[in-house]
Amino acid sequence: MHPAYSVILFTTASGAGYGLLFWMTITYAFGMLQVSPWYLLVILIVALLLITAGLLSSAAHLGHPERAHRAFSQWRSSWLSREGVAAVATYVPSGLLGLCWLFGIESTLTVWLSLLAALGAVVTVYCTGMIYASLRTIRQWDQPTVAPIYLMLGAATGALLFAVLLALASAASIWTSLLALAMLGLTAALKRQYWQKIDEDPDPVTMEDVTGLGRFGAVKPLDPPHTRPNFVMREMGYEVGRKHAEKLRRLVWLCLFGAPLVLALLALLSGPVLAAIFYLTACLSAAVGVVTERWLFFAEAEHVSMRYYKAA
Amino acid sequence: MPRSQPALDTSPKVSDEIKKTTCYMCACRCGIDVHLRDGKVRYIEGNRDHPVNKGVLCGKGSAGIMQHYSPARLHAPLKRVGPRGSGEFEEISWEEALQLATSWLEPIRKSNPKKLAFFTGRDQSQSLTGLWAMQFGTPNFAAHGGFCSVNMAAGGLYTFGGAFWEFGDPDWDLTKYFMIFGVAEDHASNPIKIGIGKLKSRGAKVVSVNPIRTGYNAVADEWVGIRPGTDGLFVGALIHELFRTQSVDLDYLLRYTNAAWLVIDAPGAEDHGLFARGEDSEQLVYCTASKAVAGCKNTDAKPALTGVRTLPDGRSGRPVFELLAERFLTDTYAPEAVAEQTGISADQIKRIAAELAHVAFKEEIVIDQPWTDWAGRRQEKMIGRPISMHAMRGISAHSNGFHTCRMIHILQILLGSIDCPGGFRYKPPYPKQTPPNLLPHGAAGEIKPEMPLGGPHLGFPHGPEHLLLDDNGGPNRLDKGFSWDAPMSAHGLMHMVINNAAAKDPYGIDVLFLYMANMAWNSSMNVPGTIEALTATDENGDYVIPKIIYSDAYYSETVPFADLILPDTTYLERYDCISLLDRPISEPELVADAIRHPVVKPDRDVRGFQEVLIDLGHRLKFPAFTNDDGSPKFPGGYPDYMVNHQRKPGIGPLAGWRGTDGTATCTGEPNPNQLDHYLENGSWFGLHLDPEHAYFRHANRGYLDWGIQKGIRASADPTVFQLYSEPLQKFRLAAEGFGDRQPPDSHRDRIKSYFDPLPFWYPPFEETMVDEARFPLHALSQRPMHMYHSWGSQNAWLRQITAANRLYVHHSVGATIGVEDDDWVWLSSHQGRVKCQVRLMDGVNPDTVWTWNAIGKRRGAWGLDEDAPESKEGFLLNHLISELLPAGGGGYRYSNSDPITGQAAWFDLRVGIEKADNTGTTAPYFESLGDASQAPSPERLAYGKQWKEPAE
Amino acid sequence: MTTLPEKTEKKLGLVIDLDICVGCHACATSCKEWNTGGYSAPLSDHDPYGADPSGAWLNRIHSYEAGGRTVHFPRSCLHCEEPDCVTVCPTGASYKREEDGIVLVNPDTCIGCKLCSWACPYGAREYDYDDGVMKKCTLCVDRIYNDHIPEEDRVPACVRACPTGARAFGDLGDPESAVSKSVAERDGYGLFEEFGYKPVNRYLPPREPLNLPVAEEPEAAETPPTTDTTQLGKLFAWIDRSLS
Ligand SMILES: Nc1nc2c(c(=O)[nH]1)N[C@H]1C(S)=C(S)[C@@H](COP(=O)(O)OP(=O)(O)OC[C@H]3O[C@@H](n4cnc5c(=O)[nH]c(N)nc54)[C@H](O)[C@@H]3O)O[C@H]1N2
Ligand SMILES: Nc1nc2c(c(=O)[nH]1)N[C@H]1C(S)=C(S)[C@@H](COP(=O)(O)OP(=O)(O)OC[C@H]3O[C@@H](n4cnc5c(=O)[nH]c(N)nc54)[C@H](O)[C@@H]3O)O[C@H]1N2
Ligand code: SF4
Ligand code: SF4
Ligand code: SF4
Ligand code: SF4
Ligand code: SF4
Ligand SMILES: [Mo]
Repeated sequence: MHPAYSVILFTTASGAGYGLLFWMTITYAFGMLQVSPWYLLVILIVALLLITAGLLSSAAHLGHPERAHRAFSQWRSSWLSREGVAAVATYVPSGLLGLCWLFGIESTLTVWLSLLAALGAVVTVYCTGMIYASLRTIRQWDQPTVAPIYLMLGAATGALLFAVLLALASAASIWTSLLALAMLGLTAALKRQYWQKIDEDPDPVTMEDVTGLGRFGAVKPLDPPHTRPNFVMREMGYEVGRKHAEKLRRLVWLCLFGAPLVLALLALLSGPVLAAIFYLTACLSAAVGVVTERWLFFAEAEHVSMRYYKAA
Repeated sequence: MPRSQPALDTSPKVSDEIKKTTCYMCACRCGIDVHLRDGKVRYIEGNRDHPVNKGVLCGKGSAGIMQHYSPARLHAPLKRVGPRGSGEFEEISWEEALQLATSWLEPIRKSNPKKLAFFTGRDQSQSLTGLWAMQFGTPNFAAHGGFCSVNMAAGGLYTFGGAFWEFGDPDWDLTKYFMIFGVAEDHASNPIKIGIGKLKSRGAKVVSVNPIRTGYNAVADEWVGIRPGTDGLFVGALIHELFRTQSVDLDYLLRYTNAAWLVIDAPGAEDHGLFARGEDSEQLVYCTASKAVAGCKNTDAKPALTGVRTLPDGRSGRPVFELLAERFLTDTYAPEAVAEQTGISADQIKRIAAELAHVAFKEEIVIDQPWTDWAGRRQEKMIGRPISMHAMRGISAHSNGFHTCRMIHILQILLGSIDCPGGFRYKPPYPKQTPPNLLPHGAAGEIKPEMPLGGPHLGFPHGPEHLLLDDNGGPNRLDKGFSWDAPMSAHGLMHMVINNAAAKDPYGIDVLFLYMANMAWNSSMNVPGTIEALTATDENGDYVIPKIIYSDAYYSETVPFADLILPDTTYLERYDCISLLDRPISEPELVADAIRHPVVKPDRDVRGFQEVLIDLGHRLKFPAFTNDDGSPKFPGGYPDYMVNHQRKPGIGPLAGWRGTDGTATCTGEPNPNQLDHYLENGSWFGLHLDPEHAYFRHANRGYLDWGIQKGIRASADPTVFQLYSEPLQKFRLAAEGFGDRQPPDSHRDRIKSYFDPLPFWYPPFEETMVDEARFPLHALSQRPMHMYHSWGSQNAWLRQITAANRLYVHHSVGATIGVEDDDWVWLSSHQGRVKCQVRLMDGVNPDTVWTWNAIGKRRGAWGLDEDAPESKEGFLLNHLISELLPAGGGGYRYSNSDPITGQAAWFDLRVGIEKADNTGTTAPYFESLGDASQAPSPERLAYGKQWKEPAE
Repeated sequence: MTTLPEKTEKKLGLVIDLDICVGCHACATSCKEWNTGGYSAPLSDHDPYGADPSGAWLNRIHSYEAGGRTVHFPRSCLHCEEPDCVTVCPTGASYKREEDGIVLVNPDTCIGCKLCSWACPYGAREYDYDDGVMKKCTLCVDRIYNDHIPEEDRVPACVRACPTGARAFGDLGDPESAVSKSVAERDGYGLFEEFGYKPVNRYLPPREPLNLPVAEEPEAAETPPTTDTTQLGKLFAWIDRSLS
């Protein structure tokens, strides 16, 4: 599948944003977040900025952004629609939460609001994951691990951000690092499983299957319908070389998981100033990693319709 | 919750009006309904009532909108200001253009009309262009037929008075077995598709003989992947088998052919091999009843088909049939003997022959339709042998095509399947006599200043006496047509004109006048050489071809090489006349012709070429276009001519609604309202044949008389099929030293060997003259069904289907040279080499490579960007095809053509192939033609946006 | 309306005869020509005269080689009965009509997210980059019911144009319809049924080659006694006998 940068940016940025939102609201709700109200606000704004930036960039990717509102109507059947609804819904509690904090209100209300915001964050990212996971036309997406990975990556990148922000306010504590470590570790495990899975079962669909001409013997394309790529070939026909893919996977291992894990550990062992620096670099490294991961997620995805054009 | 669907207007308005005219996205001439909306073309669909396409429309016709609005359209008359090829032009007015043309042409006509060469492409107004050339008085006129398929036309007309091409059709509704030789698309584009659809749905068998398995050949029930150039052996072997298995229609042969005619058997005599003749030179047969010779028209005689017979003069004669049987029952044509050469197993050949025999004689069709034969004998039934055949350029575009084509017809005749139910059917005005009594004009004596030619340029010589020679026995035509180089070149040799003119061989000319032929590109052999010829200069730096006038509608590769451009309209903007005098649209049971008329107004300063010719004709004071008082004969231009011109009294370009009251057909007074009738009838006219005249028209008394009445038939005598062709023997005798017109010694052997009165197979010339080891493969081209020669690439939709061509090679060949799909190779011939990309396939004869024709384009032409795939990757085989054969004995280089008809031998090409480095550009990669005079082409198209229904 | 109808009154669709299709592209260009001014107007073209021409087409022709055959293979939307291309649509612009089963995109509400094209296993949806909306075969919904068009012409443009008669249009839900019958007769198949979208369009497979009876050898037929036993001799003897 053609890796569209707007979509990559959207899913990674908003993923991290929702992750951050989740961790701050959940920790807040359970009273584990000891920072001044205005700093709460700062963290919340950072989260919402990432989310909004993401949403905007994905809207920009539409043929008719001005009609975007129509996308809320089909939540009954469409994961994309559900994502839209969830995303907007999540703004409500988090917005109100922001207002409260702005006016220094902290009460059971803010606790409930933050719980709602956390829930919204989870649901939204899950919907995003399901948009892809529900497409049976693409073997590499039609995998049980896809939605969980979306959730976990949000959680992991969010946790890193969270750690950075806390460290900057020198409010970081052991559990922030442990959280980051745990999330990164889990996600890495899932991603490893995912890659193993898509590598082991080769595309079962052949040109014989899709044309129904197998009955006569091996099927080979003679002339394509057009001598230059058409929409379907441009959109679905994107292919990344195996070697190149492997390089990029290694990059993901390094930037998204390896480096951040080590840095988070170091942060754990070092004083506040250093910790902040370690978390920051971990975060930047993870950013590179997650964008690469998302790019691969598209580039490695093979659309079954391509079987009409190219033999397996 | 209930589903709600958007309200949908399922009855939107389609168009303001529908205008019915004739398509010209190709030469098939289907009827179209042009839907117009807000003055623009909304949609084009097939005309259901039209005899040619019966409502369907092909891939080209359905893309008409993009042709009509092509950015490559010319906008105004152009005068060259830069050097030829630079594309530097100055827009001029029509008055200036016509004066300029007149100032170039008038002096020639006053001094030496030969100095004008006027050649036209696949236009459909040859009766006008021919008349114009006759009026000018030059011998140098022809259309594209010579490089197209003259072998088909000549082979057929000399044999049975008809031809494949679009002169006849298989009996699509009744035929049970259809053999299609060497056809990818053909002129009868939609009719063949409709027909094949019918056959397949009926379960009739379709056998394709073709080195390539695509298109029609892909849907055939049996594919015979023959090696190019060897069909003569294959068909000969089928004939061999029919003789061996005694499966020929003797009654049919006796009734309709010269099988029983006695051939003088007197080696060394001046009339050896001619027909024995009696009173008023009636050919003789031997009557087994009276045990004596009798006139061939004597219906009481019981003619013998075998035996050496004594002629009245005591010499002996033998029936044609015996000679024919001897020719084909030899081992040369035994299936086993031809298997290796043709690449077809003996078993397959035998089985096909046996299937033919079975269908012909065990599954005959009988129609209860009485009719009367030529001799007045009433026949109760029409008996059909439901076998039909069709062949085109795969047969004709070889240097042995004439004989191979004759052989196919003889196969049909032996099976008794010409113009019978289920067989091959003539389309009126065919059949003609064999050969037609239409002789070529333009010999030395006939050419005088300001004197129109005595008759049409093109015709069918019956012997050396009809050649068009100069005073020294050399060619009198620039293309050497009807000379000893190509004695029976019934359509001329357009492919030789430019190069002969530049070489001043046989002579130089002053003006080259071309119409609708992309001679600087895909329609020339040896393109680089042709471009050289067009730009060659003499010692004073003047062009050797001093003036070139060209009429095109689009900015083709040829436009930049002309000095004066006469821009034509598109096919939707002009009058055209598809006439019985030219290439009509008749169906077997329908005499038909058609017109085109302007359905949209030109938005440019362009004029229909026919208008321009008529105007020029008057400016040049041609009698046919000028009244005695000097005023123009056709002030109304082409429509005026279409209605009022008369070839003979009562016979004009259009056959429908003649006579002052419009009730006459075919012959009759001109009718001032004729065109209105055509428009009312959807731009075509059709006259149905009486069922009694549906078949056996070569010998159908009723039809023959009716044909004369209608002016579509010259003679009331039957058309007798010429298994043995006397005209060929006459040329041979001349070569053997008889008669007062003999070939120069250099040509004697060639004439002797190829002018055989009975068909035979010989290897195509090129392969006998080049090194087989260096050039082991045959290279062919095929027409893509969705592209018409070079015109298609300017069409925004069609070029999305094919913007570049590949060289298709058999997997085995790919493996030997180690290439895979899209790898680059060098393809070389004795003429040059071309770099191109391959695609591997199974469905091709292993000794054959091929590509789609005319996809390759030159940079700067057709309104395409510099980096268009058509020019970067697209390639032509034409660069590899020489217009001349390698020098043979005596050093003379004959044209790369059939020795009898001069048909261009495109498909004789032999090539070698080797892997090339994978760089992304073809070679030769000609430098860009300038196109400064053309407006830039758009970056995007959203045709139809204007008609988008507003959102509710 | 993104949810699929329980069932549709009709199952309109195309039947394509691979045994007759000669790959002429008439159905593709006539489709383009009708639809660029019709329901889906316009079908935009990009770089139409340049290096990389492409555009929106609702129908296109492949060709394949399969076990000793060349097969021309037209493809357009199959108007599946249970296609995700409809259910994934967030706006409801993509829908399947209750009355005839035609799968359509509403060009006025489509936001151009392309998700439906991802959900189509057949690559039958065409995003129009210029128009910013998804386009696809409409089964010529603006022809087949159109009162401005004569009865006999109320068929899809591609069917109307096809020179060989390889395309047919009708109700595949009605076993009595001509199309259903031809499908039954020729055991027509749906593309990639395994995927489970229940495509409505059907393809008639290329036929097995015909084996015709052949004429028997003359030896079998009694040949006349003759002294000359060469093939010529036999032929001439047969002729003399037949003519006497
Ligand atoms: N779409 C479209 N239609 C056209 C045209 C066009 O450009 N495009 N051009 C028109 C014109 S001008 C003409 S003349 C006609 C020509 O119509 P066709 O006669 O169909 O011409 P080609 O496309 O050259 O096809 C020649 C066929 O002969 C086969 N062939 C080549 N050599 C041999 C051989 O030795 N033996 C046998 N058995 N087969 C052989 C080739 O494989 C090919 O299939 O088409 C007309 N119709
Ligand atoms: N290698 C190879 N070469 C071949 C062949 C082959 O099979 N293989 N086939 C040969 C055959 S059979 C033929 S017939 C020739 C065909 O070759 P051409 O006769 O050259 O055919 P086109 O390329 O269509 O060129 C016709 C010219 O007419 C112009 N034209 C189009 N419409 C109009 C119009 O309405 N008015 C005017 N005035 N001009 C118009 C076009 O722009 C184009 O420049 O090609 C020959 N060349
Ligand atoms: S065959 Fe096609 S292009 Fe040729 S005239 Fe007919 S419709 Fe037009
Ligand atoms: S129009 Fe008919 S024959 Fe031509 S490609 Fe389409 S289906 Fe095949
Ligand atoms: S073919 Fe594709 S677009 Fe058409 S209905 Fe089926 S899934 Fe949807
Ligand atoms: S592109 Fe249009 S039709 Fe397709 S899913 Fe998106 S909104 Fe729906
Ligand atoms: S039915 Fe209409 S829209 Fe669909 S392919 Fe045919 S012509 Fe195109
Ligand atoms: Mo031609």
